[in-house]
Amino acid sequence: MGKFEIIRGEKMNILGLPEEEYLYPGFGSCPGCGSFLALRHTLKALGKKAILVIPAGCTAATTGLFPKTPFKVPVFETAFETTASLASGVIAALKMKGKEDIVVVGWAGDGGTYDIGIQALSGAAERGENLLYICYDNEAYMNTGIQRSGGTPFGARTTTTPIIGKQQHKKDMPLIMAVHKIPYVATACASYPQDLFKKVRKAREMRGTRYIHILCPCPPGWRFDINKTVEIGKLAVKTGIWALYEIENGKFKLTGASRGLIDPSKRTPVKEYTKLQGRFSHLTEKQIEILQKWIDDQWKTYQQYIK
Amino acid sequence: MKSLREIPKSPIAKPDIASVGITGNWRIFRPVIRKENCKKCLLCWLYCPDGVIRVDEEGYPEINYHFCKGCGICANECPAKAIEMMGESGYEEH
Amino acid sequence: MKNIKMLTANDAVAYAVKLAKVQVVAAYPITPQTACVERISEFIEKGELKAEFICVESEHSALSAVIGASSCGVRTFTATSSQGLALMHEMLHWAAGTRLPIVMYVVNRALAAPWSIWCDHQDSLSQRDTGWLQFYAENNQELFDTVLMSYKICEDEEILLPAMICADAFILSHATAPVSIPSPKDIDDFLPPYDLKLALDDIENPVTYVPTCAPTREDSDWYMEYKYLQQDAMLKAAKKIKEVCREFNEKFGRFHGDLLEKYRCDDAEVVILSMGSFAAQAKDVVDDMRREGFKVGAVKIRTFRPFPVDDLRQLAKNVKAMAIVDRGFSFGHCGQLFMEVKSALYNLPDRPLVKGYVMGLGGRDIKYSDQRYVIEQTFKDLEKGFVEREIEWVNLRL
Repeated sequence: MGKFEIIRGEKMNILGLPEEEYLYPGFGSCPGCGSFLALRHTLKALGKKAILVIPAGCTAATTGLFPKTPFKVPVFETAFETTASLASGVIAALKMKGKEDIVVVGWAGDGGTYDIGIQALSGAAERGENLLYICYDNEAYMNTGIQRSGGTPFGARTTTTPIIGKQQHKKDMPLIMAVHKIPYVATACASYPQDLFKKVRKAREMRGTRYIHILCPCPPGWRFDINKTVEIGKLAVKTGIWALYEIENGKFKLTGASRGLIDPSKRTPVKEYTKLQGRFSHLTEKQIEILQKWIDDQWKTYQQYIK
Repeated sequence: MKSLREIPKSPIAKPDIASVGITGNWRIFRPVIRKENCKKCLLCWLYCPDGVIRVDEEGYPEINYHFCKGCGICANECPAKAIEMMGESGYEEH
Repeated sequence: MKNIKMLTANDAVAYAVKLAKVQVVAAYPITPQTACVERISEFIEKGELKAEFICVESEHSALSAVIGASSCGVRTFTATSSQGLALMHEMLHWAAGTRLPIVMYVVNRALAAPWSIWCDHQDSLSQRDTGWLQFYAENNQELFDTVLMSYKICEDEEILLPAMICADAFILSHATAPVSIPSPKDIDDFLPPYDLKLALDDIENPVTYVPTCAPTREDSDWYMEYKYLQQDAMLKAAKKIKEVCREFNEKFGRFHGDLLEKYRCDDAEVVILSMGSFAAQAKDVVDDMRREGFKVGAVKIRTFRPFPVDDLRQLAKNVKAMAIVDRGFSFGHCGQLFMEVKSALYNLPDRPLVKGYVMGLGGRDIKYSDQRYVIEQTFKDLEKGFVEREIEWVNLRL
């Protein structure tokens, strides 16, 4: 699996991941939820000394019912647009108290990152806050019932793009963050938990603003059967519509199943991905071509970075 | 808690199981592991979104049916096809 | 040997923040508050104040950052005015609901539209429902003292509410006046360090701050109780404010009033109520009119929240008429101070005549002659035995 830092006292299993769960079972996420699969492994990578700042969204809505919480680490469930700003305050307080070994993590959805939360995030990155910001991207405002966000891909049907589908392409959040020249930007996918775990562990130990963007397939939102979550996520990576990479101190590197996909012939055609999801069921040949072209253009950009 | 004198002064929640309820009650199908076919690869443990699969002393995965929601990802991903989704009726309530 | 500095209100607040040993400050510039946070940054970069200053990218983020820091048990501060305060509105409810003792300096400036950078109280009065304590300062010394006192009041375990300390734009914020600064040791004796139980950074006892209270489940249905507890804390704050003002007076020899300040009210027939810097001028008018034989007094409303209901009822027993001056207005009804005074006095069996005067919106000068006019008008109404027009906009260019 490659090397990563082991937290003292951790018990690892045969997959090289810690046994300990950081969420008590019995929380309210949908069966088959990709974002909770990602959260589970993210928490394992963060360990006990972490404080999470979680805005309104799927995670907060399904875990924050008074008087109980499933989280075994401290969490602040904050207002929608304030993830990075509230986290900046927590970071400052920990610095004043000499507790900088506690990692402060923003865990926000695509809505809370691409749209309403982008100001605070950009501000925190510009200030170089010691913040590990993680976007769990299920590609729409899922908590409020599947509305279109800046992270929704071209063509996808949502309740606010119900018939024609979204007419704009997905905003490239990871590259936007990379241009802030922060020390670490990475993309991950819920279907590849070991790749995600390594990245979160690595980012945990770094200083400065770190950004990890996780694609999280959503059965009710993308309209596929609840047992296919991991399959759909893997296909997203195999078609190249989602790439796994790291940009560490400006150096771009593909990781995991994305390595070797620079050659377009190695990438699965995107229609193999769209045909499995109800949100794309109305796409015409022309629209699928547009989506395929967008993917090919994205990979041309990645190719530039690798050179 | 019956009176406002018992609630924490600031609105906070404390860690506990069943924060939303006994989510095992959501199931329509339940995953059943056939140990004779199981290779102990732990991919089911890896891919469970709710973290309700633990590993027993012999290294076999064990499902916590109080909280398993029956999504079936474990069955779908098992390379040895050792997990079968069975209809929930016909099983005793825990 | 007293240490007296000539300071603007902005600087006075910066000194108070330094002496209160605030640990995290997050602020965004806005006229006329800017100079205050500039001074604080200077103190921090010079090493005179050990604190983190977060140069946030908006006021909404400023209050969010300070909420995050305060939940970890550090003493925090932010400052704003007008548009910035309006932008923070959502998070004002958050700070009060989460029960965090944040202190915020608000320079009272008119709200757009139309644009104005000059003084009125609409900005903070628009936020009266958010659950924050609200103090209105008459002068720079009072402002300095109130910042120190408010940390002590807010951080009390039984209270834990945020407070905004308001000062008039330019009239106080940019005007220099003598401010007596106590020694750091005396302030440390007066103000103990802040200690929060069940803080966010307590890794051994992890909690989730700000869960949802759903009325659909019996074990979760506690929202209304949480709001009741906020009101309960406000009522306790009213008592604590009186205590702390008394203590401050004993230790530092200055008393600016507690919830309100009564000036020559003992045998007054007519009383003029003011809030903010023009309360000072009201006392001059009272002195002159007393010399002419009028039985008049002045009341300075020092805390708008908690509203001094009991104190006003006490006062009203002996007074025949009250003129309430508002520097803000709730469109569709009347001035906010007038509204609250009327409602506080309604259930009294014997009530004075009351009338609301609106003055000084958008920074229009509240002149000596305007305040004198108000008092004379009230005496005329008292003679008539009734109030003809309940609300009067004074010095309006009709």
